[in-house]
Amino acid sequence: MKTVYINSVCSISSQKTFDNSEFLDEIIYHEDNLIPVVNPNYKDYISPSESRRMAKGVKMGVAASKIALKDANLDTVDAIITGTGMGCLRDSEKFLGALIDNDEQFLTPTSFIQSTHNTVGGQIALNLQCKGYNFTYVHSSISFESTVLDAKLMLENNEANTILIGGVDEIGDYTAKLHQIINHIKAEKTSTSELLNSKTEGAVFSEGANFFVLSNEKQTSSYAEIIAISTYNTLGNSKISDLAKSFLDENNLDIDAIDMVVLGNNGDVTFDGFYNELSSGLFKNTQQVYYKHLCGEFMTASSFGVWLASKILKTQKLPEIVKLNNLKDSNFKTILLYNQYRGENHSFTLLRKC
Amino acid sequence: MSKGVAITGMGIISAIGNNVEENYASLVTGNTGISKISKIETNHKDSIMVGEIGFTNQELEQQLGLSSENNYSRTAFLGVIAAKEAIKNAGISDINNYKTGLISATSVGGMDRTEAHYYDYAVDKSTQKYIEGHHAGDSTQKIAEQLGIKQSLVTTISTACSSAANAIMLGARLIKSGQLDRVIVGGADCLSKFTINGFKTLMILSDTYNSPFDEHRKGLNLGEAAAYLVLESDKVVLSENKPVLAYVKGYGNANDAYHQTASSENGDGATLAMQQALKVAELSPKDISYINAHGTATGNNDLSEGRAILRVFENDIPDFSSTKAFTGHTLAAAGAIEAVYSVLALQNNVIYPNLNFKTQMKEFNITPQLEFKEKEQHTIMSNSFGFGGNCSTIIFSKKQ
Repeated sequence: MKTVYINSVCSISSQKTFDNSEFLDEIIYHEDNLIPVVNPNYKDYISPSESRRMAKGVKMGVAASKIALKDANLDTVDAIITGTGMGCLRDSEKFLGALIDNDEQFLTPTSFIQSTHNTVGGQIALNLQCKGYNFTYVHSSISFESTVLDAKLMLENNEANTILIGGVDEIGDYTAKLHQIINHIKAEKTSTSELLNSKTEGAVFSEGANFFVLSNEKQTSSYAEIIAISTYNTLGNSKISDLAKSFLDENNLDIDAIDMVVLGNNGDVTFDGFYNELSSGLFKNTQQVYYKHLCGEFMTASSFGVWLASKILKTQKLPEIVKLNNLKDSNFKTILLYNQYRGENHSFTLLRKC
Repeated sequence: MSKGVAITGMGIISAIGNNVEENYASLVTGNTGISKISKIETNHKDSIMVGEIGFTNQELEQQLGLSSENNYSRTAFLGVIAAKEAIKNAGISDINNYKTGLISATSVGGMDRTEAHYYDYAVDKSTQKYIEGHHAGDSTQKIAEQLGIKQSLVTTISTACSSAANAIMLGARLIKSGQLDRVIVGGADCLSKFTINGFKTLMILSDTYNSPFDEHRKGLNLGEAAAYLVLESDKVVLSENKPVLAYVKGYGNANDAYHQTASSENGDGATLAMQQALKVAELSPKDISYINAHGTATGNNDLSEGRAILRVFENDIPDFSSTKAFTGHTLAAAGAIEAVYSVLALQNNVIYPNLNFKTQMKEFNITPQLEFKEKEQHTIMSNSFGFGGNCSTIIFSKKQ
C-alpha cells in the first residue's frame, strides 16, 4: 500500500488564512455568534462573469481549490472529492423562499440548479476541466473526514495519484436563525478568547472552505503524511477514551507517541464534555490545541483543524492562540485530531511529519 | 482483501411495490406506478405525473412503530423500510457481529418537512423538532440507528441523480480493501415541492407518462423510492455459508465537466464511466447481456446516453431499457432502485420492457427492448447520471 501525503493546503476562513506564506500571523478577534470569513480577492481566481452566478460556498470552494492546486504546483488532478454538511444553503433558501412566497409561481431555475449538494464539486470539475472521479459527501460533521477516507483508499491502492479534497459550508441567514431558535447557535455574542469559558448552549457559527491536494507521491511542498482516519456514527456504549485507545492500538501507537492533540471544542456546554474527557484524561500530559474559536463551527470546520495541524507539522511552529496547555513547543511529529458534533459523528485523524 | 463483493440481501419501496417481490411482479406484468400526485398539495398537480408511494407518513410511522414524537422526514421513513427489508433478506440477526458500515444517498433529505414548516418554525414550537432533520445526513443516521449500527463508518453521498450508484461503488471499494466486512448501501428520496418546482423551472417534467428513448419524449416524471443492498466480503459469505444473489463486478465514475445541469452532446462523462466500469470488471463490451439505462426521458439525457452507449458498444449494442417509465425518476435513490432491478434480472433471466416507446429517435438507430423478455443473463450494466456532471456505472454479475 502506498503512503498518502498532504501536498498542499488552502484555507478560506474567518481568519486571514488564504495566503500560504503566512501562518496566523495576525489574529482577528471576533465577538459575535455568527462570524464572517475573510475573503480573498475572488477576481484573482474566478472571472467576474462566473463569479456573479456563484453562491458564496461555490466561490470559496473554487478559489480554495485553485490556491491549493497552485500550492501543489499542479494544473489539474485525477479526482475531486468534496465534503459539505449543509450544501448550498443560500440557493436552497432562495428557491424555497420564492416557492412559498409566490405560491409556486414565477420561479427561475438558477437557484434550484445551484442548490444541489454537489454544485461545488461540479463547478470545480468544470473549472479545471477534470473528467475524473467526482464525489460529494454530505454527512454532518464527518462530511470532510469522508473525503479523506475515500481519497486515502484510492491513493493507497494507486487508483489515482493526485486528488483534490475539501470541506466547504456557507452561512444561510434563515437557517442560522432557525439554528439559533433551537440553541444550536449561541443566543449571545461570544468573544474569541472567551469561547471555551462561555458555559452556554450552542456554538459560534461560521463558514469556510479548506482544500488540500493529497497524493501518493511526496514532493518538496508536502506538509504531512495521513496515517489513519476513522469515523463513528455513534459511541454506542463506549466512552470516547475507549475509542481513542482502540484507534491508537489499531495504529500501533501508544499515548506517548502522540506529540499533540487537536480538539474540536466549540464552547457548547452540553457537548464539550467529549473533548474535556480526553484533555483531562488520556491526553492530560500531551500538548493540546483547539481552533474553533478562530474559525467558528460549521459542519466541515474540522477541515480547518487539518489545515492547522498540517501547517504546524510543516513549519514546526505552534501559534500561541491555539494552545490549550503549554507542554511542548517544538519537534512535532505525530498529531491526533478529534472532532464530533452534538454527540454524534465522531472522528479521529492521525497525521505525521513527512 | 476481498476479491468478490457479494450482494446477499436487498430491500426496496417504490411506486410499483412496497418490497422486492411486489416490485418484481410489477416489472413482469408491465404495471406502471406513474399517476397523478395525491400526497403533496401542489399547484402543479394537474400538469404533472409522478411515481408516488401509496403509504402516508402516518402509515409508515405506524409500520415502523415510531412514537408521534419522532422527527422523521419521509426520506427517512422510506429509507428505514427498505434497509430493514435488505437486512432481513440477508438473514442478518446480529448486525454488529461483523464490521458493518452504512453508505446512504439522498438529495432531498429532510426538505419535505422543511418546506412544510419553513416559516412556522419561527413561531410554532411543535414543528421545531424538524429543523435538525433537514440536513442530508439525518436520514442516514436514523437508518443506522434503526438497524442497530453503532460506532461504525456511516456516511452519506449526494451527487444528485447518481448518488446511490456512488454509494454502491464506495461500499464495494470498502469491502474489496478489507476496511469493512459488510456494508449496507443504497439511497432514499421522497417527493417534495422543492424538487417538483425545481424540475418544473428547468422545463423537463412531462405532463404525461414518461417515454424513455422515444423521439417525442416530453421529459421525466419524478418519483419517490428507497432501496438498499447488503454487500458482504468473501470471508462473511464463506463462514456464514451465505446464498449470494449476485456480485458487484465493476464500477466507474467520471465527470462530464460540461455543464452544471446538462449532459454533453456526445456523452463524454457517461462514456468514461461505462469504460471505467468495464475495466474494473475486467470485461469487454460484448460480455454485457443487458443495460439498465439511466433513460430519464428528457431530451438531453436520452440523446447523450444513447450516443455514449454507441461509443462504448459500437456495432454490438446489448439489449437495453429504462425502467423509469415504471417508477419515475427517483433522483438520489435511482441507482439503488435499478441495482435491485438488475439483480432481479440476473436471478430470473429476464429483461424489462421500456414502456411507452412509440417512435424511433432520429439521431441514431438503437431501439430499447420493448417487450418483457426471458433471456439467459450473466452480466448487467446499470447507468446513473446526475447534475454537476456526475456519471456513474455499476456492473453486476452472476459469477464472481
